[in-house]
Amino acid sequence: MIIMNNIKVFLNGLFKENPTFVLLLGMCPTLGTTSSALNGMFMGLATLAVLVFSNLIISLIKNLIPDQVRIPCYIVVIASLVTILQMLIKAYAPGVDAALGLFIPLIVVNCIILGRAEAFAAKNGAIPSIFDGLGIGLGFTWALTLLGACRELLGTGKVFNITCFPEQYGALLFVLAPGAFIVLGYLIAVFNKIKKA
Amino acid sequence: MAFILIFITAIFVNNIVLSQFLGICPFLGVSKKVETAIGMSAAVAFVLVIATLVTYLIQIYVLNAFGLEYLQTIAFILVIAALVQMVEIVLKKVSPALYQALGVFLPLITTNCCILGVAILVGNGTYDAAGMEHNLVTGVWFALCTAIGFGLALIVFAGIREQLSRMDVPKGMQGMAIALVVAGLLSMAFMGFSGVNNGLAKLFE
Repeated sequence: MIIMNNIKVFLNGLFKENPTFVLLLGMCPTLGTTSSALNGMFMGLATLAVLVFSNLIISLIKNLIPDQVRIPCYIVVIASLVTILQMLIKAYAPGVDAALGLFIPLIVVNCIILGRAEAFAAKNGAIPSIFDGLGIGLGFTWALTLLGACRELLGTGKVFNITCFPEQYGALLFVLAPGAFIVLGYLIAVFNKIKKA
Repeated sequence: MAFILIFITAIFVNNIVLSQFLGICPFLGVSKKVETAIGMSAAVAFVLVIATLVTYLIQIYVLNAFGLEYLQTIAFILVIAALVQMVEIVLKKVSPALYQALGVFLPLITTNCCILGVAILVGNGTYDAAGMEHNLVTGVWFALCTAIGFGLALIVFAGIREQLSRMDVPKGMQGMAIALVVAGLLSMAFMGFSGVNNGLAKLFE
């Protein structure tokens, strides 16, 4: 029974409450880092890591912090986790650091993380909170990877650096800024259609 | 001359919303009416300039002075959150009229990534200062120009969305989907300015 509930929480984040296509949260990294499928995936995984640990820590300390100052406490927890992540990425994956740039410290102000802390981790125990973090984080990751793959394919004819058609047939527009808005708009329309069917 | 160059670059060439992707949440969230868009732009401009000023001073005199650069993210976000609270309290006391106009938007600004983004850019000295030194004056001027660029994009977008609400949009595209496509077209229009800064830089030499 408990296991079933956790699986339900996990799947909820993947589809029904997908942060990108349904809740429309965390739009800055969604648009800013998806110029290729790989960059989108790295951004999603970085957010996933912060989200799982922030959900875990906040669900453990929720009874220790007074209600009035809970939001600043959550922000300190999240900002500390992001700083740790930023140092790890700088040390072990400088390529990822160069590709994502400013968007790594900006995970702090990603509304998904604070939103899940307030809506889920502050009301539930440690184990369901981890599953919620995993579900929402993976939902965010697959959405970013899909958006990145569409943009990369339309713009350069490649997906994950594997050539699908010659590069000169690609429309560079989709790798540049306007492509991010347009591709996401159409993906949301498709997602709405699937959800209704 | 360089100040004019920063002005044009920050507003048109590297628009914070349409080409840097910072501050997308308020851009999509509060752009249904021109009136609220103007209120939001004013609140962002106000907080962005003050936040940049304070975080720059903290970067130089606290973080850099004591070798605590790794605490940048934590320090900046706390300063911004505290600052927004303080601005709210002061404004309530000093200018109730302005508080009435901006009040609803102020708490939303803490999680607006363009504030933290610009604070980090200015703190690290990685913004485009058009060949001038990265110091307090150019940093704050850059923040002000960025805020104007944010306001311009937001108000233009709100104007288009007001018109759009009267249009017959296909069912699947209603709501956010069509708004994002419109934002894409707007971003394409701003792409027309790319390279203008280099041309002007040559002209001013």
